[in-house]
Amino acid sequence: MSDFPRWKYWLVGIVMVLGIVYAAPNAFRPQPAVQIVANREAKVDQALQKQVAGDLDKASIPFQDISIEKDRMLVRFANTEVQLRGSDALRVALGDDYTVALNLATTVPQWLQAIGAHAMPLGLDLQGGVHFLMAVDQDAVLQKQQQRYLDDIRSTLRQKQVPYDVVSLSGDGVQAVFKTSADRDKALDAVSGDNTDLNITTSRTPGGGYALHAAIKPDVLDKLAQSTITQNVTTLRNRVNALGVSEPLIQQQGQTRIVVELPGVQDTAEAKRVLGAVASLEYHANDESVNPQEAARTGNVPPDDRLYFTKDGQPVVLKKRVIVSGDELVDASSGYDQQTGLPNVNVTLNSTGARKMLDFTTQNVGKRMGVVYIERTPVVKIVDGKEVHSSKTTETVLNNAVIQGVFGKKFQTTGLTQQEAQTLSLMLRSGSLAAPMDIVQQSVIGPSLGQDNIKKGERAVILGLALVLVAAAIYYRLFGLVADIALVFNLLILVAIMSAVGVTLTMPGIAGIVLTLGMSIDANVLICERIREELRNGSTPLASIRAGYEKAWHVILDANVTHLLAALGLITVGSGAIKGFGVTLFIGISTSLFTSVTMTHAITALIHGRRKKLKTLWV
Amino acid sequence: MEIFHHDLNIDFLGMRKVSIVISAILLIVSVWAITVKGLNYGLDFTGGILIEVNYEQPVDVGDVRGALEKAGFEHAVVQSMGGTRDISIRLQPPKATDNKESPDQVAGEVSKRVLAALQAGNPGVKLAQPPDFVGPEVGQELKTSGIYAAIVVIIGIMFYLWMRFEKRFAFAAVVSEIHDTVITVGIIALVQREFDMTVLASVLAVIGYSINDKVVVFDRVRELFRLTRKAETPQILNRAINNTLSRTIITSVFTAITMASLWLFGGTAVHGFAITMLIGILVGTLSSIFFASPLLLWFGVSKTDLMPVTKENPELARRP
Repeated sequence: MSDFPRWKYWLVGIVMVLGIVYAAPNAFRPQPAVQIVANREAKVDQALQKQVAGDLDKASIPFQDISIEKDRMLVRFANTEVQLRGSDALRVALGDDYTVALNLATTVPQWLQAIGAHAMPLGLDLQGGVHFLMAVDQDAVLQKQQQRYLDDIRSTLRQKQVPYDVVSLSGDGVQAVFKTSADRDKALDAVSGDNTDLNITTSRTPGGGYALHAAIKPDVLDKLAQSTITQNVTTLRNRVNALGVSEPLIQQQGQTRIVVELPGVQDTAEAKRVLGAVASLEYHANDESVNPQEAARTGNVPPDDRLYFTKDGQPVVLKKRVIVSGDELVDASSGYDQQTGLPNVNVTLNSTGARKMLDFTTQNVGKRMGVVYIERTPVVKIVDGKEVHSSKTTETVLNNAVIQGVFGKKFQTTGLTQQEAQTLSLMLRSGSLAAPMDIVQQSVIGPSLGQDNIKKGERAVILGLALVLVAAAIYYRLFGLVADIALVFNLLILVAIMSAVGVTLTMPGIAGIVLTLGMSIDANVLICERIREELRNGSTPLASIRAGYEKAWHVILDANVTHLLAALGLITVGSGAIKGFGVTLFIGISTSLFTSVTMTHAITALIHGRRKKLKTLWV
Repeated sequence: MEIFHHDLNIDFLGMRKVSIVISAILLIVSVWAITVKGLNYGLDFTGGILIEVNYEQPVDVGDVRGALEKAGFEHAVVQSMGGTRDISIRLQPPKATDNKESPDQVAGEVSKRVLAALQAGNPGVKLAQPPDFVGPEVGQELKTSGIYAAIVVIIGIMFYLWMRFEKRFAFAAVVSEIHDTVITVGIIALVQREFDMTVLASVLAVIGYSINDKVVVFDRVRELFRLTRKAETPQILNRAINNTLSRTIITSVFTAITMASLWLFGGTAVHGFAITMLIGILVGTLSSIFFASPLLLWFGVSKTDLMPVTKENPELARRP
C-alpha cells in the first residue's frame, strides 16, 4: 500500500526480532546452585573443584555440574531440596576460608548473554525468601549527637575558663546556664566560634540565671539522618555478604527505613542474628620491634602484642593496648586534603578520645597506628541435637598509617586512593555510629509457594491470552487474527523490555501483564470498528482501512495517554507491589501503542496493499 | 460477527433521570459502606501479625475462631487459605506497652500463645512458617500514599483532558471517574472483601481503565459535534454512545476475560486484584454508557465549545 512507507516495515520487522531475542532468556529456567567465593588468601581453583566434588560425594549429595566462573565456583543441583542439603554440607566442609551462598545459576545460552539478553530477576513472592523492613531509631541518633555537643560545650567552657552552673540536654540541643550575663556572653563567643552547626539563642531561666540554648540546626540533623541510613545500608550489606546470600536487595525506603530482601533464605532467626551483629572499632599502636612477616610465619608474637591481618591478607603486629575505641569516635568523612589535594579521611573524636589521642601522638610521631575493625556475629550450631549459642569474631586491620604530627580531636588519614578513603570512612562510621534498628515488618515466602505462584501466574497469562486470541479471531475474523499476532508480540516485547531494563518480576507484575493483554486489544477494537463503519458508509476496502487507522489514531492516543498518566501515578507515588504493577502497566501500554497500531497496520498493508481490486474485507 | 447492530439507536439520554438517580443511590450506599461499615483492611494497612497454621486434619474455620476467642483473641480475622487444612489468622498488634520489646519479639510471643490456644483444642496443628508482621505506622503510610496516588492520577488526567478537549469534558470525565472508583471501593466495603495492597493497585488501575472508556465516548461526541451542522446536544450524545457501544462492550468483555482467567488460575495472591478489576470494569462500562454523557449534558456542553478556535477568529468573521 502506497501510504505505508517501506522503512516502517523494516522497523516493525526489527522490533519483532528484537522482541523475540530479548524475551527468549525467560524461557530458560534458572537452576538451583551453590556459589562459592574465596575469603582472604584462599583460592578458587581446580584443587577446590576436586575437594568440593569429593565432599559432596562423601555426603552422598548428587550434583549436576561444578564450574568456575571468574573468581567464583558454581555447583549446580537438580532441585532446591538437594541444593539446601548441598550448601549446608559445603558450608561445614569448607569452613571460614570460603563463603558459600545459595544461588540461581542461569541456563541462558552464552550467545544470548553476550548481547545482554537476561531473564527477569524474580521477586521474593516468586522465588521464596525473607523480607524485612527495618526502621532506624532516629531518637538514638539525635541523642548521640546531643551528647557529643554537650561534651564539646562543656570542655570549651572549661578551656576558656567560663564559670557555669549547669550544662544539660534539652529539646533538640544543649542548654547551659550561667550566673551572670557577662559569663554567658563570653560563652556565647566561645561556643559559636567553634560550631557552625548550632543555632544559639539566649534566655533567662525562671531561677534568675542566664541561659544559653544551643539547638542543632534542622538541616544538619537531616543530613545526619541521611548519613545514618547510608551507613546502616552499608553495614547491612557487609553483613548480608557474610551471610552468603547472592543477589540480596538492601535499599533505603522513605526517610528512615531500610528494606532487606534475602532470596532463598528460609531461616529468619539466623538472618536476624546476622543483621543485628555488633561491630566496633579500635585504634592500636604498631609494635615496630617485631617483623610482621616473620611473626606471621613463625607465630611468635610478644605477649603484649597481637598479630592481625589486613583485608588483603598482609600481617600487622599491633600492641594490645587500645588507644581509642569506636564509641569515642564521633564522625568520619572522606574528602580531599586542602594542601595536597590528595584523598583523605577526616576523623573527629569526642573530648575523652581526643585527650587520649593527644597524649599518645605527642610521644609517637613518626610511628605507625592501626585501625582494627571488629565484628561479632552470633552463631548457633546444633551440637547433639541442642542449640549452642556462641559468637564468631572477625578482626581486620582497615588501615595502618604513619603518625605525621601531634593531634587530638580532629585528624586526617592520607595515602589512600579515593575509593579506599570512602570505604574506610564508611567502615569507621558504621563501626561506631550505626544507629540501632528495629524490624518493623517481616514476612517469609517458602520456596514451594514461590514455585506455585510462578505456575499459577504462567497459567493465568496463557489462558487469558488464549481466550482473547480466540475471541478476537471470532469477532473480527482476519483483522482479529492480525490483532492476535500483534497481541502476542505485545506480550513478547513487554517481557523483552522488562528483562532488558531489569524489572523484578512479582505477582502484581504478572497481574499487570495479564491486564495489559486485555486492554491493549482495545486499540484494535477501535480500529476494526472504524473500518467496519467506513465500509458501511460505502468506502472502498482500501480507503476504509486507511480512514480506519487515521480516524482511530487520535482517540487511541488520547485514551492511552490518560492511561499512561494513571500508570505514572502508580509508579511515582506507590511503593512495593503498587510500583511493580505500575511499571508493568506503563511499559505494556507504551508497547501496545506500537504493536496494535503500527504493527497491525504493517501486516494489514502487507496482506491487502497489493490487491488493487480488493472487493471485500474480512472484518 | 456483530453483537450489536450498527444502526442501533437506543435513547440512553432519555433514561438519564433514571440512570442518574441509580448512580446517586449507588454512590450514597458506597459512601455509607466505606465510612460506616469501613473497609476490611489487610495486614499491609492495619499493621499486625499474620500467623499461618497447618492442620493435619481438615478443620472448620468457625472452630478455629472459637478456640481463639476462648483464649482471649477476640478480634482475630480467621480465613481459610484455599483447602481446609491451611488457615491464616490475622491479629491486631497488641496495645503498645512501655516495655522495650521489639515488634519482632512481640510477634514471636503472640504466635506461641496462639499456637498453644489452638493446640488445646486440636493437637494436630503447627505453624506453617514464622509469623509475618507489619508495624502499624508502615500501614498508615501506605494508606496515605495510596490516597495521594489516586489524587495525583486524577488531577493529571483532568489537566490532560482540559488541554485536549475542553473543561466540561475534563470535569465530566473526572466526576464519572470518581463515581466509578467510589462505587468499586464501596462494593468491596459492602461485601467486606479484604482490602490489601493488590486491591489498592487494582483500584488505581480501575481509574485508568474507566478514563479510557470515557475518552473514547467523548472523542466521538467531539467528532459528531464538529461534523453535524444542526443537532440537539442530547441527540449528538446519544449517537456517540450508540456508535461506540459495540467497542465499549467488546473491550470490556476482552479485559474481563483476562481478569477472569487471572481470578480462576492466578491463585490467592491476585484474587483480590482480579475481582476488584472485574467490579471496576463492570461499573466503568455502565457509567460510560449511562452516567458520563448525561453529566456532559448537565454541564451544558454545546457545539460552540468544540469548534476549532480559528473559526471564531474575528478577523475571519469580518471578511465578506
